[in-house]
Amino acid sequence: MTAVPAKAGAPPGGARKKIRAWMETDVLVIGAGAAGMYAAIAAARGGARVLLVDRSLIGRGGATVMAQMTVAVAVGEEEPDHWEHHLADTLKAGRGLCDPALSQLLCEDGPDCIREMDGWGIGWARRDGHMAQVHAPGHDRKRCVYVDFLNTGPAVSKTLRARVQRMPEIRRVGDLLVTDIAVRDGVCVGAHAVHVSTGRAVPLAAKATIIATGGLTRLYARNSASINMGGDGYALALRAGAELIDMEFVQFFPIGHLAPRLVGMDPIMWDPFRYKLGGRLLNSDGREFLPEAGKYTSARDIATYGILKEVEAGRGSPHGGAWLSFQHCGEAELRSAFGPVIDRLAANGIDLTRQNIEVAPIAHYHMGGIRTDTDMRTSVPHLFAAGEAVGGANGANRLSGNAITEAVTFGRRAGARAAALASQTAMPALASARLDAKRPDLNPAAAIVELQRVMNRDVGPLRTAAGLQRALAHIQGLDVPLPAPHEGLDAEWVDIHDLRNMRLVAECVTRAALAREESRGAHQRDDFPEGDTRWQRRQAIRLEGNTCKLS
Amino acid sequence: MQAKLKVWRGAPGAAGRYENYDVPFEQGQTVLDGVRWIRVHRDPSLAIRFSCINANACKECMIQVDGKTVYACTTRMTEAEMTLEPLPNKPLVKDLVTEIAPPDERA
Repeated sequence: MTAVPAKAGAPPGGARKKIRAWMETDVLVIGAGAAGMYAAIAAARGGARVLLVDRSLIGRGGATVMAQMTVAVAVGEEEPDHWEHHLADTLKAGRGLCDPALSQLLCEDGPDCIREMDGWGIGWARRDGHMAQVHAPGHDRKRCVYVDFLNTGPAVSKTLRARVQRMPEIRRVGDLLVTDIAVRDGVCVGAHAVHVSTGRAVPLAAKATIIATGGLTRLYARNSASINMGGDGYALALRAGAELIDMEFVQFFPIGHLAPRLVGMDPIMWDPFRYKLGGRLLNSDGREFLPEAGKYTSARDIATYGILKEVEAGRGSPHGGAWLSFQHCGEAELRSAFGPVIDRLAANGIDLTRQNIEVAPIAHYHMGGIRTDTDMRTSVPHLFAAGEAVGGANGANRLSGNAITEAVTFGRRAGARAAALASQTAMPALASARLDAKRPDLNPAAAIVELQRVMNRDVGPLRTAAGLQRALAHIQGLDVPLPAPHEGLDAEWVDIHDLRNMRLVAECVTRAALAREESRGAHQRDDFPEGDTRWQRRQAIRLEGNTCKLS
Repeated sequence: MQAKLKVWRGAPGAAGRYENYDVPFEQGQTVLDGVRWIRVHRDPSLAIRFSCINANACKECMIQVDGKTVYACTTRMTEAEMTLEPLPNKPLVKDLVTEIAPPDERA
C-alpha cells in the first residue's frame, strides 16, 4: 500500500482516488462546530494549510447546530453597552470561579466576531435597521442577538460552513474519528484517527492541533446534546497529558422539554419563547414557585434547583418537572413571535393557547474543560483547544448566550495562534498507531445508556456523597480498552470508542464533584448546601497512569 | 404498543437481507427511537447515521421508510409493519447508512 499524502490546499472537486492512508497539515482542527470552523478560517487567514476533521459531517453535528437561542454580545445596537458590562455579568454568573482573562477574551472579542459573521450574511434579526437584542436572564441590559425563528445555531453553522468551503487552504474531511492525540517527546505532533466508514487507521501529522470537540452533556440520560458530545476532547486532552479544570460544573438547562413527546425541535426551545413572551413556571398547585411574576429572570442554576426541589416536595408535574404556561398569550401574539414554529408545535399536537407543557432540567453545557491560557494553548506544547472544550471562562455557571460567543472568539484566537506557531515548526513525522486491545464482552450501546442513567441520577444537578460514591463505583467497574475496528463501518466499535471516553470523563466529573464539599453554581450538594469561601478555587485533573489525579 | 420494524442489513459488495424486530414503543416515539432501541436491546452492530437525535437539526438521519425518503428522527412509529432501507440513490456504507457527504469532504 502506498501512502498518499493529502494536500490540504487541494482545490475542491479534485480527483479522489481512494481513502488516503495518512494526511499531513500545518494546523489540524478536530471538530467542525462553530469553534472549529472559526478556528479553521482564522488559521487559513494566518497563512496555514488547515485540515478540518469531524467524526460526523462537516458543520452538521456538534452543539452549534442545536443552539436555537441567542448570542450574548456587547454590540450596543439596542441600547448603549460595553464589553466591560458584559464581563461584569459573566463574572457574577460564574459565582467567583471564572478565569477573568478568558472571560474578558469572550466579552471583548465577541462584538468583532458577531459583526464579522454579519458581514458574511448570517442574518441577525433586525429591528428599525439595527440588530435586535433581547434581555436574557443574568444580563444587565438587552444584549442578546439571534436569528429568527429559533434558527441561531443553524445559521451560525451554515454561515461558517459556507465560509470554510470558499477557502482553498482548508481541507474538510468528515466521518473521521480522532481516537488519540499523537504526542512525541511531550509535544503534540497531530492525531490518530479512524475513518469511520471503512475502519481504516488514518494518522494525521500536524504542526499544531486544535481540539474543538465541544462538551460532555451526552454523559446524561436527559440532555440537549448531539450524539457527538460525549466528552471526546476532554479524554483526548487528558490522555495527551493536558490538564482539565472545573469538571464538576455541568450546567443543567432548567426548562428542557419534558412532555408531551416533541420531535423535530431542540428540547431547549422554550427559552426564546420566554425571552419574548415571559411565560409562567408553575408547580402542581398551579403556583409560581420562583420569584418571577411571569417574567423570565431566574439564573439557570437557581431555576434548576427550584424545579427539582418542587419535584422533591411532591409538587412536580406528572412526568417529574414543572408546568410552563403561555396561556396568557393570544394566538396572534404567539404567531407573531414564533411564526412557523407554531405549526411545528401543532404537528406535535401542542396548542399553547389551551395547554401547558411540562419542562425539567436537562444537561446542556459544561463550564469545565481543558485548561488553556488566552492564546488557547494547553499545557501540552503545540496542542490548543477552543470553544466549549475549554474550561474557565464561565466559572461555576454560564451566563445565557455566552456559548456561541465563546465558540467563535476562542476559535478565532486558537486558529490565529496555531497558524503562527505552525509557521515556525517543521512537519513532524507520524507513524501509524495500532489498536490491539481485546474487544470487551458487552453491548456498548447498552452500557452507554446505563452510564447515562447513573450519571443523571447520581451526578446530576443535586448531588450527595453517597450518590457520587455509588456512581464512582459503577464507573470504575467499566474498563473499556479500544480494540481495532472491523473492516467497513463498525457501529459497535464506535460505541466502544465512545464508552471508553465517556467512562473517563464521567470519572473526572464525579471525582471533582465528590471532592467539592460545598454548593456553588451548577454544583449543588444536598449534604453541603452552602457555599464555602475556602472553596473559591478551582480543581484541576491530570491523568497519571490510568488514574485521575485531582489537585 | 409494539412496532414491527423490517430493517435492511448489509454492506457493499454482498447480498443484503431484511431482519425483523419487534420494538415496544410509546405514543409519539420515532423510527430513530426504534432503531436506537434495537441497538441497545438486540444488536449494537446495526448502523444508522445521526447526530442531533431528535431536533431535526443535523439532517443526517435520512433513510427510506416504506419506500419514501424521510428523516428517521421525525417519522413516528406505528403498529403496522414498517420497512426501513438505506437511501437508494446514494452509495451504501452499511445497513441504513449511506455516503451523503459532499465529494470533497470525504476521506
